[in-house]
Amino acid sequence: MAIRERLSGNEAVAYAIKQINPDVMPAFPITPSTEIPQYVANYIANGELDTEFIHVESEHSAMSATLGASAAGARALTATSSCGMALMWEELYVAASDRLPIVLALVNRALTGPININADHSDSMGARDSGWIQIYAESNQEVYDNFLQAFPIAEDPRVHLPVMICQDGFITSHGVENILLVEDDKVKDFVGEYHPEHFLLNSKEPIAVGPYAVSNYYMETKRGQREAMKNAREVILELAARFEEMTGRHYGFFEEYAMEDAEYVIVLIGSAAGTCKAAVDRIRRTTGKKVGLCKIRVFRPFPEEELAQALKDRRAVAILDRSEMFSATGGPLGAEVRAALYSAKAQAEVVNYLYGLGGRDITVEDFERVYGRLEEIAETHQIPDMYEYIGLRSK
Amino acid sequence: MKSTEINEKSPWQDITEGNKIFEPATSRHFCTGEWRTSTPVFDEEKCKQCLLCFPVCPDSSIPVRDGKREDFDYDHCKGCGICAKVCPFGAITMKEGK
Amino acid sequence: MKDTIEIRWHGRGGQGAKTAALLLADVAFKTGKYVQGFPEYGPERMGAPITAYNRLSDQPITVHSNIYEPDLVAVVDDSLLETIDVTHGLGPEGAVIVNSQKSREEILPHLRGYQGRVYVIDARDISVKALGKYFPNSPMLAAVVAVSGVMDRKVFLQEMRASYQHKFAKKPEVIDGNMKALELTFEALG
Repeated sequence: MAIRERLSGNEAVAYAIKQINPDVMPAFPITPSTEIPQYVANYIANGELDTEFIHVESEHSAMSATLGASAAGARALTATSSCGMALMWEELYVAASDRLPIVLALVNRALTGPININADHSDSMGARDSGWIQIYAESNQEVYDNFLQAFPIAEDPRVHLPVMICQDGFITSHGVENILLVEDDKVKDFVGEYHPEHFLLNSKEPIAVGPYAVSNYYMETKRGQREAMKNAREVILELAARFEEMTGRHYGFFEEYAMEDAEYVIVLIGSAAGTCKAAVDRIRRTTGKKVGLCKIRVFRPFPEEELAQALKDRRAVAILDRSEMFSATGGPLGAEVRAALYSAKAQAEVVNYLYGLGGRDITVEDFERVYGRLEEIAETHQIPDMYEYIGLRSK
Repeated sequence: MKSTEINEKSPWQDITEGNKIFEPATSRHFCTGEWRTSTPVFDEEKCKQCLLCFPVCPDSSIPVRDGKREDFDYDHCKGCGICAKVCPFGAITMKEGK
Repeated sequence: MKDTIEIRWHGRGGQGAKTAALLLADVAFKTGKYVQGFPEYGPERMGAPITAYNRLSDQPITVHSNIYEPDLVAVVDDSLLETIDVTHGLGPEGAVIVNSQKSREEILPHLRGYQGRVYVIDARDISVKALGKYFPNSPMLAAVVAVSGVMDRKVFLQEMRASYQHKFAKKPEVIDGNMKALELTFEALG
């Protein structure tokens, strides 16, 4: 029987870490992820966990130490947010190219500037090209469930890539919600013990990790990373199937909510999906209009074909981005979903929105307005601006 | 795949995961001595075996056995001349070319 | 009663409004509810006005926005009434609970013409009588439970006793005091 609890998103991740009992966790505190290493340190102090916790002097060092521990053969992880991850920038790419199965608990927060501590996706979206697998959560339940699946995905020999488990800062990280926890022994079975094939502390097999790659090798190395990212697709689905057997909770690349007959669809990532679901329910109940939601869970690898299939025959699609990329033509999710729809020769009208930057709240009523706008667009085929805003003050 | 089997013609499928190298001391295969434009010459007569030269060699090209230095490892010596500068007894001289 | 009860807490950093919201989520969770308890975060520090929220329901809750039209507002510090429109978005069928040593008549003019139910509770007096010290959380929590009717008072008291026994395992002398504070609040509200 699952354990019925109420936890914040940060508590849920820390609890998952306790259940997994990884070998090494170097970490440096930054809001809103600080509580994760704090809870883990408590578990260790109370003798509930024997993870080696390393107090480092910066996030640059946190990720460096995580890389070192992982290369040495340890199951290693860290946690951070925002500018903390920005300071890890160099090591993020090294973790991926060295093919180290590290897990990062990322609590999404806006990148400075202007200085801001609240939720948006500018930190992880900025790192979308770093070679990390990225998995996002709507709720505390999902971030817990995703975290339990992270190491098995990362450590699969077909993958060997680092995994970022993302949740929205404060909204889920500091919000307490009901959650179903998996029993310790089941978690242990599911995650399994880590036995790396090659590792630096193996005295029987001296190896070198992370050598210099001149131009004659760099491109081939990157092609290898892409192959691992492609392999990750099947591994993510296999793990989701195993997880569903264990818990009954279904996961895929994305969740389709009320999508069967939906004509007007919103595509987005993260905690706002829950608010959007309430809008879908209310619209369907009060007007019968065919509205649906497509919530992206796995952004890297990007589920291009599956997403295009799910969206291409709808009347109108709104893609909602929680980070700016200053192409001046839209956000990162917008650009990638549009590209997917183009490849699929989709006829659906598409509009991109920016919302929730720096923690700007988004409500059920906001989503109702977006669905209303989609109806208009489907009628008029007029989209004056490539991307619009939700909740922006304007003259 | 052994590192010696990987070269600049290898297809991407043959490059090891994360470029890991699965054997020790592969730098021995890389003969940096080929880069040398001037060459240290060891005069065993003048050498007092003070061993000031071997720790300053950036390429580990001065082999030491049983507490005594031997002649240069010309496969890897790049001819930087630091050893000649540090020798107090004039036992190392630099000559032009290989 | 609506599917979901939405509560907004106003307090000052360090006074325990966030803790009260989390305690309420806790006790409602224990009675089988689906709950949310979350603060609205900014660069606030001790003494600065803060807001915290609860959603309590018999159905799973997916909404992740702040609460703009609460069913109930709890004000932990009456000095906030000067600067904050605490009843903003609160309908006439709702209620506001203000912790104050002032009388209801003195508080009413500060509520900007609010038409719904107004409860003034002297959490300081109750807390000092019951515990000998000023901790506004227990009285405020009891007041919210009493006014909202979100759970049965008896069940609430049982759960709170269990929770205090756990929380104050090393200070059992404060358990009865806290329970007394809850009961005195119920009495005060009738």
